[in-house]
Amino acid sequence: MANEYYEFFCPVKMVAGFKALEHIPFELSSHNASRPLIITDRGVRGVGLVDIVTKALEAADMQAIDIFDDVPPDSSMITVATIAALYREKECDSILAIGGGSVIDTAKGVNILVSEGGDDLRAYSGTGVVKRPLNPFFVIPTTAGTGSETTNVSVIKDDKTGAKVPFVSPFLLPDAAILDPRMTLSLPPKITAATGMDALTHAVESFTGLAKNPISDAYAAAAMKKVTTYLPEVLKNPSDAAGRLQLAEASTMAGIAFSNSMVGMVHSLGHSVGAKCHVPHGLCMSILMPHVLEFNLSESSENIGELLLHIAGSEVYASTPVAERPAKSIATIIALKEEMYALCELPRKLSETGSVKESDLEDIARMALDDGSMLLNPIDATFEQALAVLKKAF
Amino acid sequence: MIPIKKGFEADIDYNYQRMYVSGMMQLISHMLKAGSQVDDVIKAEVADMPEGFVFRMCVIPGELNLTMQKQQGALVNLTNYTDKPDLTMSFKHVTFAFLVFSFQEHTAQAYANERLVIDGDVPMSMKVVRCLNRLQTVILPKVVAKKAVKTYPDLEFIKKIQMTTKTYSQFLLNLVKER
Repeated sequence: MANEYYEFFCPVKMVAGFKALEHIPFELSSHNASRPLIITDRGVRGVGLVDIVTKALEAADMQAIDIFDDVPPDSSMITVATIAALYREKECDSILAIGGGSVIDTAKGVNILVSEGGDDLRAYSGTGVVKRPLNPFFVIPTTAGTGSETTNVSVIKDDKTGAKVPFVSPFLLPDAAILDPRMTLSLPPKITAATGMDALTHAVESFTGLAKNPISDAYAAAAMKKVTTYLPEVLKNPSDAAGRLQLAEASTMAGIAFSNSMVGMVHSLGHSVGAKCHVPHGLCMSILMPHVLEFNLSESSENIGELLLHIAGSEVYASTPVAERPAKSIATIIALKEEMYALCELPRKLSETGSVKESDLEDIARMALDDGSMLLNPIDATFEQALAVLKKAF
Repeated sequence: MIPIKKGFEADIDYNYQRMYVSGMMQLISHMLKAGSQVDDVIKAEVADMPEGFVFRMCVIPGELNLTMQKQQGALVNLTNYTDKPDLTMSFKHVTFAFLVFSFQEHTAQAYANERLVIDGDVPMSMKVVRCLNRLQTVILPKVVAKKAVKTYPDLEFIKKIQMTTKTYSQFLLNLVKER
C-alpha cells in the first residue's frame, strides 16, 4: 500500500547511452562553463577512464583545467578544502566528478565551498543549509551501484573528530549524470556483482519501505528488472557493453527510487557491518537482503510478494499463488545470490567474507539500531531481533 | 465528540490544533523527564547520549517547541534555549504535529510522509525516537499506543501497569518539586 502523501524530486538530467561522454562539452557550454576541474581517484585514473573523458573534451576544443586524482576511499573535509583551493587557484567554473560514491560525495562538498565561499565545510552541515543553486556540476559514475549521482546527500568525514557529517540539500544534486558503458567496462566481476546487488537492494528497500510512493515504485520496478536480467549476463560476458549500460541505468534508477523513498534495515545492518568489519557495502547488501526481507514479512508481505513480478518476470508471478509470492520473492533473491557465487564467488554469508567474526555480531546489531535507515524499515527491530538476523546471515 | 479525520480533512481550527500541540509538547516533555528518571528502557537510551546533549521537537518556524537536555544522566526541559540544538526534529506545519500528538500517525510515518525534517546527529535521533516510542507505549492505553508507535513491543500487561504507575508517579512528584 502506498503512502497517503508523498513527495518526489529528481531534477538531474540523464545523459545516458553509447558515446554519452561526447555530450559533456555541450552540457558544459549549455551551463556557460568552459573551465572544468576533474575530481577522481587514483584507481579510476590508473585504468585510463579519465583519459577517455579528457580526449572527448579536447576533441571539442575544451580541456579540463586540472585533475585532482587523490580522493581517498572515505571522503574527508581536508580533501574537500584542498580541492576547493585548487578550483579557486585555477579559476575553474565547473566540476566533473568521475568515480564512485566517495568521489561523488567529495565533489558535492567541493561544490558547496566553491559556490558558497569559505574553507570550513562544517558551516554548511545539516539539512537544508545550502539554499541556492551551486556551480555547474556533472557526475560520471564508474560503478553501477551507489546511485550517488541522484541523491541530495553527501557524507564527509570530519578529520578532527572522525565523525561522518551529513550535508543534505536539493542543490547538491548534479546538473547531469552521464552514463556511458565505457566507464564500467573494466569493473572486475566481483565488484560488478556487489555493486549490482547494491542497486537491487536500493530498489527492493525503496519498494518495500515505509516511504514508498507510486513514482519511486516505478523507478524501483524498472531497476529490479534490469539488474536481475542483466547482472548474470554481464558476469558471463564482462565486455557486454549493452549489458553494462543496462546496469548503469538500473543503478541510477534505483538511486532515484531510494533517494525519494529511502532505505531500511538491510542498510542499517550493512552500514554497521561495513563500519565494524570493513566489508564492501554492496557485498553486505547482497548477503543481508533476503534475511531482512524474511524478518519484514509479517508487516510487508504484500509488498514483498509484489517484488516477484519485477525480479522473476510475469510468467513466474502469474503462476505463483498470491500467498506464496512473498516466499518465492525471497527464494528468487537467494537463487540470484547463489548464481553470483557460482559466477564470481561473491560471498553468500558474512562468514564467507573472511572479515566478520561471530563475536562481532553483537556490536554490529547494537550499532544498527542507531542507523537512520532503521526509521523507515517496516518493523522497528530490537537488539535481539537484529542479532538474530545477523546470525542467520552469518 | 470531535469528528477527527486523518490529515488535511481534519475540520479542527488551526488555533485549536496549535493549543493542543502546545499542551501536548508541555505534557510530553514532563513525562519524558519522568521516564528518563524511572524507566529502564528510556534510562538506557539516555545513558548513551552525551552529557549536555540538547534535542528539540518543534513546529516550523519554531515558536512551538519542546526542548530537552541531558543533565546529570536524565532529561530536563529547557525553556528559552537560543543556541542551535544538537538535534532538531521539525514539523513542517502545525497540522502535521497535531497528527502525531493526537496519535493518528507515528513519528516514523510522519518522516516517511515528508512531514518531519530531522537535522543533526542521526544516531541520536534514533535514540530520541525510541525514547518517545517507549514513553507512548508506557503512558498510553495499548489501543492508542499501537497507533502511536510503528511497532508495539512485546510488553506484559503487569509490567506495563507497573511502568505506567512509576512514570505517572514520578511525573506528579516532579510537578510538586517544581512548584
